[in-house]
Amino acid sequence: MTLMERAYLPAIATGLAITLKHFFAKKVTIQYPEVKRYLGPVFRGRHILKRDEDGRERCTACGLCAVACPAEAISMVAAERVKGEETLYREEKYAAVYEVNMLRCIFCGLCEEACPKQAVYLRHDEFIPVFNDRNQVIWGKDLLVEDMNNRYTREAWTKEEAHILDRKRADGEVTNVIPRAIP
Amino acid sequence: MNPTLSFFYFLSFLTVLSALMVILSKNPIHSVLYLILTFFTLSGHYILLNAQFLAAVNIIVYAGAIMVLFLFVIMFLNVKDIHEEAKNSLTKIAAAIVGGTVFVILFGAYRKTIIAPADPNTFDSQVGMIESLGKLLFREYLLPFELASILLLVAMVGAVMLGKREIGERHF
Amino acid sequence: MELTEFIIKTLTILVVFVLTLVIAMYSTWGERKVAGFIQDRMGPNRAGPGGLLQPLADAGKMFFKEDFIPALANKWLFISGPSLAMLTALLASAVIPFGSTFRYGGAEVVLQGVESNIGILYVFGVVALGVYGIMIGGWASNNKFSLLGAIRAASQNISYEVAMGLSLIAILMMSSSLSLGDIVAQQHGGNWNIFYQPLGFIIFLTCSFAECNRVPFDLPECETELVGGYHTEYGSMKLGFYLFAEYINMFVSSAIISVLYFGGYNYPGMDWVYNQLTAALGTTTGHNIATLIGTGVFFGKALFFIFFYMWVRWTLPRFRYDQLMNLGWKKLIPLAIFNIIITGACVLFLKPYITALLN
Ligand code: SF4
Ligand code: SF4
Repeated sequence: MTLMERAYLPAIATGLAITLKHFFAKKVTIQYPEVKRYLGPVFRGRHILKRDEDGRERCTACGLCAVACPAEAISMVAAERVKGEETLYREEKYAAVYEVNMLRCIFCGLCEEACPKQAVYLRHDEFIPVFNDRNQVIWGKDLLVEDMNNRYTREAWTKEEAHILDRKRADGEVTNVIPRAIP
Repeated sequence: MNPTLSFFYFLSFLTVLSALMVILSKNPIHSVLYLILTFFTLSGHYILLNAQFLAAVNIIVYAGAIMVLFLFVIMFLNVKDIHEEAKNSLTKIAAAIVGGTVFVILFGAYRKTIIAPADPNTFDSQVGMIESLGKLLFREYLLPFELASILLLVAMVGAVMLGKREIGERHF
Repeated sequence: MELTEFIIKTLTILVVFVLTLVIAMYSTWGERKVAGFIQDRMGPNRAGPGGLLQPLADAGKMFFKEDFIPALANKWLFISGPSLAMLTALLASAVIPFGSTFRYGGAEVVLQGVESNIGILYVFGVVALGVYGIMIGGWASNNKFSLLGAIRAASQNISYEVAMGLSLIAILMMSSSLSLGDIVAQQHGGNWNIFYQPLGFIIFLTCSFAECNRVPFDLPECETELVGGYHTEYGSMKLGFYLFAEYINMFVSSAIISVLYFGGYNYPGMDWVYNQLTAALGTTTGHNIATLIGTGVFFGKALFFIFFYMWVRWTLPRFRYDQLMNLGWKKLIPLAIFNIIITGACVLFLKPYITALLN
């Protein structure tokens, strides 16, 4: 090392100059709860059990999602559809109980992939909220099944589309997806 | 009793107590800590004597550096719980004789000394101040002062020589 | 008269004490803000506006955590470790001259806790004692990592004290006084020591980093090697005291640096301001306002150095232990001795020559 290098001080001064530059640089922080960042069109958030166009539940309780789930977070109880319930369930068998343990779930999206009926999806626009209580951890059908008045759609599949959509939403042109208040 | 005197008694009591605790406490770390306390109380005495420089230097050098090294070494020794090893009676007797002899010598020496009473007329309260101390050291006692510094230098060189790595010897 | 003097002194000391604590408290906030800004983040900004209540929130958290004492620790020493750290940290602030005098009802009050003719030695002694809190706490925890941290602290402090003392001697040779008040007063009129002692300043600054156990010399609490160093076993407010003591030390050493090298409460154009103020507002009010401005300047300098400490902390990586020792013993001490010789030569030969030239 030369004397200059061994004196440390020039190197230290350079380092200090660099950090000082960062001190005055524009901050990249997003103030989370107030400002939310768009997570991308394929973000895997909370689960939703879809209904079809007529409002019938799509799930047929085949159990493939539960088998596919690496975290064994899904459990269900199947039941047979009786006469008169055709408007409620699309298939002859349906899930009477469908529960996802949100503490076990790792949001890998394998249930989504496994489902032959396109019944279960992970929403791209909502998180699982913070739990305050153990009772809130297991989500049943009451929380999972889609609300016909506020259907979940995923129109955008690329970042560009998503940005266009976001702008439209901001301008009030598109109002189809309003984040639901999570109970 | 005036406050200075009562403070002096308090300080002396504390000094003697902590000095006793140095030799009475079982744990060597406690001994060192009491020794530090003793130095503090001694510095208090220096301040009472208006020798501020001496007090500060006593704290810096003894309490601040030497005792840290003491503590340092003893902490290393104390890593494993050394239980009080039984000292055989020969050591005890030898220690008692040596200690007693020193005590007798000191006692005899101090008993004979006569401390000249302070003359209020010529008494200079500023005698312990750093200015007068500096003048004294660098004028009247210049030779002993410089000799002492040479002594320290020699000790330092010796320590460096002892700690020097020999050729082929590895420390790490 | 004795009593009023006593009361005034007590009040000054109380004010100094509180100021030191408040500044140390807000240094913790400042540290996190500076860290954030340097790393392109915002730093704490949730508790109160701009995160200003963060220190209170931290203190609240510290208080309510479990006050844990390890089973095999030496209980009394374990407790006295952080207390000693706090005590020694706070002691040093007593002799710092925060400003010149304050006139009140015909009396002149010096803005300094204790004016002592060995001020700098006192600071030095207190700094030397600072290591005991760490050593005792580290040993009493009965944990190998703590012990290693304590031992590192001890050897580091002793090593850097030597260089620090030697760099100070150059200053003392110039000022020929040990009193901090005198040293500041001599730097009046832009006569700051930094212009005469740049090398000494660098040595002193480096050593004060080491004495405060700040990055890049924070080896006693080096997480990568020693878990938490001397405070591995500490939690709750005891840990809080250790961390707090570090910030107090930082403030005190920043204040000492600005007193020794940057003229304390002196600033350029001070006399002009003083004359204007006394002419406009009378000798009492004008004087007091001028003093307050000086005190403000002093705090500005001290705060800048606190910022500098933080700035360096978030810039430099930690030294290795052998590098630390080599720097201390093989570089700084010879440099400091060299500085003393140069200063001595200048004071002896150059100064009379220049004085003769100027007159
Ligand atoms: S997202 Fe993954 S872990 Fe979660 S329920 Fe589906 S398959 Fe299981
Ligand atoms: S969600 Fe899909 S995969 Fe799971 S049980 Fe229902 S139909 Fe089968």
